Amino acid sequence: MSNATPWLSLAIWTPIVAGLVVMATGDDRNAGKARVLALIGAVAGFLVTLPLYTGFDRSSAAMQFVELTPWIRTFGINYHLGVDGISVLFVLLNSFITAIVVIAGWDVIRSRVSQYMAAFLLMSGLLNGVFSALDAVLFYVFFEGSLIPMYLIIGVWGGPNRVYAAIKFFLYTLLGSLLMLVALVFLYYASGGSFSILDWHQVRLPMLAQVLLFVAFFAAFSVKVPMWPVHTWLPDAHVEAPTGGSAVLAAIMLKLGAYGFIRFSMPIAPDASLYLAPFMIALSLVAVIYVGLVALVQADMKKLIAYSSISHMGFVTLGFFIFNAYGVEGALVQMISHGFVSAAMFLCVGVMYDRMHSRLIADYGGVVNTMPKFAAFMMLFAMANAGLPGTSGFVGEFLVILGAVKHSFWIGAAAATTLIFGAAYTLWMYKRVIFGAVANDHVAELKDIGAREFAFLALLALAVLALGVYPAPLTEVMHVSVENLLRHVAVSKL
Amino acid sequence: MNLGSLVPAYAEIAILVAASLILLVDVFLPNRLRGVTYALTQLAILVAALASLVVVQLTGTRPEFAFGDMFVSDPMANALKLFAYIAVSATLVYSRGYLAERGLFKGEFFVLVLFALLGMMVMISANSLLVLYLGLELLSLCLYALVALDRDSKVATEAAMKYFILGALASGLMLYGMSMLYGATGSLEITDIAQAIAGGNANRVLLGFGVVFVVAGLAFKLGAVPFHMWIPDVYQGAPNAMTLFIASAPKLAAFAIAIRLLVNGLLHIAVEWQQMLVILSVLSMAVGNLAAIAQTNYKRMLAYSAIANMGFMLLGLATGVVNGNLYSAVDAYSAAMFYAVTYVLMSLGAFALPMLLSRAGFEGETLDDLRGLNRRSPWYAFLTLLFMFSLAGVPPTVGFYAKFAVLRAAVAADMIWLAVFAVAMSLVGAFYYLRVVKLMYFDEPTDTAPLRGDLDLRLLLSVNGLAVLVLGLLPDGLMAVCLASIRSLVV
Repeated sequence: MSNATPWLSLAIWTPIVAGLVVMATGDDRNAGKARVLALIGAVAGFLVTLPLYTGFDRSSAAMQFVELTPWIRTFGINYHLGVDGISVLFVLLNSFITAIVVIAGWDVIRSRVSQYMAAFLLMSGLLNGVFSALDAVLFYVFFEGSLIPMYLIIGVWGGPNRVYAAIKFFLYTLLGSLLMLVALVFLYYASGGSFSILDWHQVRLPMLAQVLLFVAFFAAFSVKVPMWPVHTWLPDAHVEAPTGGSAVLAAIMLKLGAYGFIRFSMPIAPDASLYLAPFMIALSLVAVIYVGLVALVQADMKKLIAYSSISHMGFVTLGFFIFNAYGVEGALVQMISHGFVSAAMFLCVGVMYDRMHSRLIADYGGVVNTMPKFAAFMMLFAMANAGLPGTSGFVGEFLVILGAVKHSFWIGAAAATTLIFGAAYTLWMYKRVIFGAVANDHVAELKDIGAREFAFLALLALAVLALGVYPAPLTEVMHVSVENLLRHVAVSKL
Repeated sequence: MNLGSLVPAYAEIAILVAASLILLVDVFLPNRLRGVTYALTQLAILVAALASLVVVQLTGTRPEFAFGDMFVSDPMANALKLFAYIAVSATLVYSRGYLAERGLFKGEFFVLVLFALLGMMVMISANSLLVLYLGLELLSLCLYALVALDRDSKVATEAAMKYFILGALASGLMLYGMSMLYGATGSLEITDIAQAIAGGNANRVLLGFGVVFVVAGLAFKLGAVPFHMWIPDVYQGAPNAMTLFIASAPKLAAFAIAIRLLVNGLLHIAVEWQQMLVILSVLSMAVGNLAAIAQTNYKRMLAYSAIANMGFMLLGLATGVVNGNLYSAVDAYSAAMFYAVTYVLMSLGAFALPMLLSRAGFEGETLDDLRGLNRRSPWYAFLTLLFMFSLAGVPPTVGFYAKFAVLRAAVAADMIWLAVFAVAMSLVGAFYYLRVVKLMYFDEPTDTAPLRGDLDLRLLLSVNGLAVLVLGLLPDGLMAVCLASIRSLVV
């Protein structure tokens, strides 16, 4: 593979270089140029990830497209990239969402356009790096580095309370990742001087060390997921972030946490993972049920979707920690699906917010009368969010529930309540916002979506429907890797 | 004595001659030609740098002694001196316009800076307690005078007074400690002291007391809690250019004497001083980071940040010897050296920022002056963002590797809880660095005057900022230099 094209490096550096170029266009006099360059960069960034999918060997659980170059010799750190059937999907998802977000911010962002677009492109590259890094320090560098653009996106282009939200977002996530850093250094010594994540998967560790490592990783990843009770930064961040920021946050950044569980916690500390599984399952169920109920009473649409995200991510962690193929695959499908659906939901709210400058459900009503095309799209996404069969939201939830029932009937039953709560909060919001008589003069003056908005909503709608009807392209890619992971986790490392 | 034996001191001799010449030349220069003095000073530093490179060529990696073993030239000395030249030279570039505006662009400034540099170099190369003390006093006296250079400024005079009194106290403590070391081992030469201790010929009780006083003196010079009181007042009160000077290169010299005394001299009783360093380190990180949050003055905030950073660096020094075992010593001390060097790099940029914002009659040193910098100049806001994230230890800046290297040393020494404490304090620290970024990016400017236009300042600040980023992406070279420097000390 050494002579092959370094597709992963391209996936990481194309958007980063494009971001730097966009930043160099300077102030808002060149806003048009910045937008076009950003779009070119984002689309190019997406195109270079396609060979990762087409060239992927589905019969192998090994890391593919591996690149290995010594980076910091004095620390034994390598520039080590590679993807398996689990991570390759997130690289694709991330690059796709970045392109969507660039289009979505096209007319909406009017101040410091070049910096806005550059921040998203830089973040896209960094997030691709997180998903493809096989060296723990490289992973950490990308993981932390991605906080900087997001901090700026929330703080510069966010809502009225953006400063509070940005700082809370940064400190919350930094707290977790700093503890993880200590764990990474510890593993370096425990593994006899290696930062390779793959080497770490083979290291034998006593129970106490495993539990402590699990706790350190839990601190980093549970904040990122976010799991109840460390989820409180998310609604703040979502509400204050600009639309594009919310979309990337929900679609990609939340996945970092779940990805971390599956790449670090479970394979490195399998015994602790099994030992603490009841705890993780309990937290997940609280997220699914309690946070679902919290979502029900939200008055702000973005907050509602934020809580719905937490609830959906509870499903993901539930799927991981019941340790069977249905659960893990379902959780992964749910992650991808949630990437599309939550991004779409936030973009829908953004479409309305751009026109009305309000996110409060009470300010709306009867939007279908003035924006029929938009209402149709949002209907689809709302249904997907509620897990309707035929949409991508259904596949993941169904698989996880199946896995949960296999694990224990009552856990499955509790998880299945999400089908009721999810439908309740999503559809009730949809009903209040879209249906009914025209609520006020502002709604009466609304204009339906234009070509640009149609384009990105249609792309997302296609993805949601395609995965809902035929999820095999997803599950085929991940299947072997998931089987391998479960086999690995089943073997004690004590 | 033949000339060959002076090889290790070539650079010092160059600086001494140059400083004396400049002192003479400057007297005959009219005020408008002060630029000549400036150019000569930079030239002197350049010549010294070349002299150091010649020394490296001639001596290679083996330690070379001069002046009856009182003076040593080894890889660490040469590396630290080279970093000190860069830091001092950068300080001069950064300060030029600022000083000229305030009528401080005078011959005294340059001569004092050169003598201070000489003091640092002597400290770095000292192999005798007396030489070490000589360098320390030369540096300190120059710094006291520099702080007081703006003699019409009340705050500067007050700062100089505080600095002098506390500095003199610290020197006294250290000298007292040195006298005890001498009493216990019967030698002033650091290598002989080490041998005496290794041979078991030292009076343990006296040695113990000596170590306490020496460490206290070092802590004063480094600015570690509870000997940190002078730092915030001096940093805030001194003119911006002097703060920049105090906060950068002298940290390297302080690090060097810590290595000379503790590692070269007292490594065999590391157990005794390591515990003290751990306490100093923990207190510094806690007090520095917590107190920095409450500051409204940018320089004062960075002063507390300096305290916290020195605490982090001390952690590296405190984790070298585990159960009398030296296997991780090289890693730990080179981590501390890497930390000191990169801190100086970041600190140069961070303290140069007020100079960019300042103009005649306006110091630009409060946090409010940073508001909306991104509106006024996206590039300099971005550079400051790099400095802040680097100080906070966020990748991909070099500050991350500095913290990472020290954490690695702490974990290797089985001090995992100390590492956890250090990262917890880093989190506290992140808050006030983030606040600076918040002020620059999220707020609207209150001051819309154009930034200082000096091309040299702008260019150097850009290079400095990019260095923080590039070293963050490729830290290998610098780390290798630090490893090589320390490896020749600990065998």
